[in-house]
Amino acid sequence: MLVYGARRIVYVIPIVISVALVCFMLVHITPGDPLVAILPADASQELANQLRVAYGFDRPLPVQFGLWLWKAVNGDLGNSIATGRPVLSEVLRAVGNTVTLAIAAALIGFSLGLFFGLIAGYFRDSWIDKVATSIAIAGVSVPHYWLGMVLVIIFSVELNWLPAVGAGPGGSSAWGWDWAHIRYLILPAITTSVIPMGIVTRTVRALTGDILSQDFVEALRAKGLRETHVFRHVIKNAAPTALAVMGLQLGYMLGGSILIETVFSWPGSGLLLNSAIFQRDLPLLQGTILVLALFFVFLNLIVDIVQASIDPRIKRS
Amino acid sequence: MSAITEIGLPAAPAGKARGYWTTVGRRIMRDKVSMACAAVLVAIFVAALLAPWLGLADPYQGSMIRRLRHIATPGYPLGTDELGRDMLSRLIYGGRLSLVVGILPVILAFVIGTSLGLVAGYIGGWINTAIMRTVDVFYAFPSVLLAIAISGALGAGITNSIVSLTIVFVPQITRVAESVTTGVRNMDFVEAARASGAGPLTIMRVHMLGNVLGPIFVYATGLISVSMILAAGLSFLGLGTKPPEPEWGLMLNTLRTAIYVNPWVAALPGVMIFAVSIGFNLLSDGMRSAMDIRN
Repeated sequence: MLVYGARRIVYVIPIVISVALVCFMLVHITPGDPLVAILPADASQELANQLRVAYGFDRPLPVQFGLWLWKAVNGDLGNSIATGRPVLSEVLRAVGNTVTLAIAAALIGFSLGLFFGLIAGYFRDSWIDKVATSIAIAGVSVPHYWLGMVLVIIFSVELNWLPAVGAGPGGSSAWGWDWAHIRYLILPAITTSVIPMGIVTRTVRALTGDILSQDFVEALRAKGLRETHVFRHVIKNAAPTALAVMGLQLGYMLGGSILIETVFSWPGSGLLLNSAIFQRDLPLLQGTILVLALFFVFLNLIVDIVQASIDPRIKRS
Repeated sequence: MSAITEIGLPAAPAGKARGYWTTVGRRIMRDKVSMACAAVLVAIFVAALLAPWLGLADPYQGSMIRRLRHIATPGYPLGTDELGRDMLSRLIYGGRLSLVVGILPVILAFVIGTSLGLVAGYIGGWINTAIMRTVDVFYAFPSVLLAIAISGALGAGITNSIVSLTIVFVPQITRVAESVTTGVRNMDFVEAARASGAGPLTIMRVHMLGNVLGPIFVYATGLISVSMILAAGLSFLGLGTKPPEPEWGLMLNTLRTAIYVNPWVAALPGVMIFAVSIGFNLLSDGMRSAMDIRN
């Protein structure tokens, strides 16, 4: 187990460096000079050259990457062009709200997904299975940003029950766990939960079906074990894979929140990314993507290690 | 073998034996859900293709006095948008761009990813390591984030959307293609082809491709669903095509301001994205179970 964990951690290092490289290159695939975004429109050639040296754009790319990476390792992702504040603090402030949204969505999506998946797999080919499978397929096929709009239309425009945008009364972006704030969380959380709900349902349904068709289940039943106990065995066997899928989905929710945060003006990392894109704030764009991607990499690492530690079958292979 | 014929099994039916793909085709034809999806998708495709000849209103022609008419207004079966343009016409015309931007990346990624996966899986060694480790890097990004990062860096535009989505899907298809190829590589018929002097290119093209294409194709069909949602999502954010072009994601974006005036017209473009996406998802499921002959 320790050896597996250590090997898995060592394997992450090249991935992290490559992820950083991709984020670094993002600025350099942008058409035109990266300076254009920083320079005022009427800047003189002299000022341009000065800034080019100041930002290090005059050096060869590998050197630039090395310097950028070294700064990033030390927590310096540069300053936002739009606000002038350090990118890292901007990102970390926004990420908190994204985590709140992702966790709320995970609670809804995972519990529904596990429930639907288990009963669909257990009562395979019955009407329950058909209903659960249909919900799952709708969940993975729905354009979630559109679903968000539809929920706003129903619950904010038509019924006027819940707020349509924002994360708190008066447009504040500071989160609190009281009803005044939770009201704002409900619609975005439901919207975010449909994809993980669908995927968890499909995974757990397939797992349950596979496990129930194995010989050992037959043996358990022949032995006279009650169905509730058989069910317990099913859950035990399905847990590692289901856990891995849920971990991955949590990562997708954290990293892929931009569309939903845009629909609901949820002040998280996705909305930050959106404004970085449209203000051509390249350091902020680069920094936000780097932080979100690293989040995802480490979440995957944790999931792998947890999975290996609860599933004895993994260590052998 | 001869023992069996001696027992007197009925002779094989005259004529050509049914091939694998014929069997799969017949099984799909019998699947009602798949056929219904195919029918809806064909209808949307044909309508988009023949849009100029369907006698629809001009999708670009607006009118300030006819803005945001409700659904089922006489003359405007699906109402009008925020600039008074006919919604039915714009939804049908919108299919042209939406379907191209949603499907083309998957087709491009299918060609590139299958080639890379085939080479990685068949040749193995350091070439496999190089290709598959590069693929791993892209797996370190959630696909929505990667698509938006590349699109955001390249800037708005249809070509940039297609490029960024292709980059998102190539690694996924490569991984599937590599794992299928590795499974087929050591089978006897490949060994036999090699023993009879066939070169690696010939083996990959003639002997492997036909055997690995099926599963990759099913996977790619399912990806179209994701691609449609992402492509429309990029234009929804303002990273795709520009107004006044009819495109489902962009229409959703510009109609967002109208949800307090005429909410259900504003939601219509999403129904189209949903329909295409669920259609391809169910079709992919249908193909997967039709190709699973053992059951």
